[in-house]
Amino acid sequence: MRKTILAAFFITAAAFAVAQGYKPRNKATDFKLKNIDGTTVSMNDYADAKGFIVIFTCNHCPFSIAYEDRIIDLDLRFKELGYPVIAINPNDPAVSPGDGYEDMQKRAAEKGFTFPYLIDEGQKIFPAYGAIRTPHVFVLNREKGEYIVEYIGAIDDNHQDTEAVKQKYVEDAVYALIKGNKPVTTTTKAIGCTIKVAGK
Amino acid sequence: MKKLITLMLFLGLIRATDAQEIPVVSFGQLEPLLMQRNDTTYVVNFWATWCLPCVKEMPYFQQLHDSYASKKVKVVLVSLDFVRQIETRLIPFIDKHNLTPEVLVLNDPDANIWIEKVSPLWSGALPATAVYNRSGFDFYERSFTYAELEEIVKQKLNNL
Repeated sequence: MRKTILAAFFITAAAFAVAQGYKPRNKATDFKLKNIDGTTVSMNDYADAKGFIVIFTCNHCPFSIAYEDRIIDLDLRFKELGYPVIAINPNDPAVSPGDGYEDMQKRAAEKGFTFPYLIDEGQKIFPAYGAIRTPHVFVLNREKGEYIVEYIGAIDDNHQDTEAVKQKYVEDAVYALIKGNKPVTTTTKAIGCTIKVAGK
Repeated sequence: MKKLITLMLFLGLIRATDAQEIPVVSFGQLEPLLMQRNDTTYVVNFWATWCLPCVKEMPYFQQLHDSYASKKVKVVLVSLDFVRQIETRLIPFIDKHNLTPEVLVLNDPDANIWIEKVSPLWSGALPATAVYNRSGFDFYERSFTYAELEEIVKQKLNNL
């Protein structure tokens, strides 16, 4: 019996881990997080933005690294159109070597990041969004001063080879919003690095 | 598993790409393994050398493999390392840690489709582990201590 209960607990725990956080059409919280330049950044700071491409990403994860250039491209293309990228490092640097604040500053300088790269101090924002891995994207649309989640998932369908990408999920979602439509694909799954929390 | 791999190799379903013969498979080629429901208890761990919590729990899968081989427990390590890093990272890691369970590399870009097919409970984060036999298929998107892993396997064996 005890074993059955234990099994039920694990299955419930696993299901719960997936079920937490936002789903498409949920209202997303704003945040006030420290940027690599020492300032703090909130979505409310952007008076003219029509929405945001919020990307939970980090320094150490090979999938995040594989997507760095594509994240810069997304920012350059879409901030002109009202949908800038905001990157947030959700990892606790104490348990994720290479993901500290100074490491973030260094990497951003090396790669020439064109977008804010924020640290989720206290690790409150990533669980609210339901980010589980890096990179994990949330495309938000601003409606009457609120931030509505319109897409959750991967940037595209091929992390290893930009040339072999067939579906550009984030790009398609943002273009749909720009045209006043809803994205066709609202969630996707991808392999990524688990977000690192002390004691886990 | 060796028999299955040998069979798959024989059928030309997978190809060995290097001296250590670490098969590189698509999801379609991996799926038959995940569909097995017999008196063998399969423990299939999805991992990568770049995944710190995966590396941390790797000795527990080795220990399980060593301790439960006589009880028809098959440990299979499905690596999601990049194919171009098989020679430079994966094989050196296997050698360094003397890993003896079967290792496969899953190379299939369309993760949005196949993650869901492995288990609807899986978001795609690593590590993740499937434990299954005739009694059913359980999936865990988490890391384990040895005690936790052993408890799950013992319980699965009891269900047979």
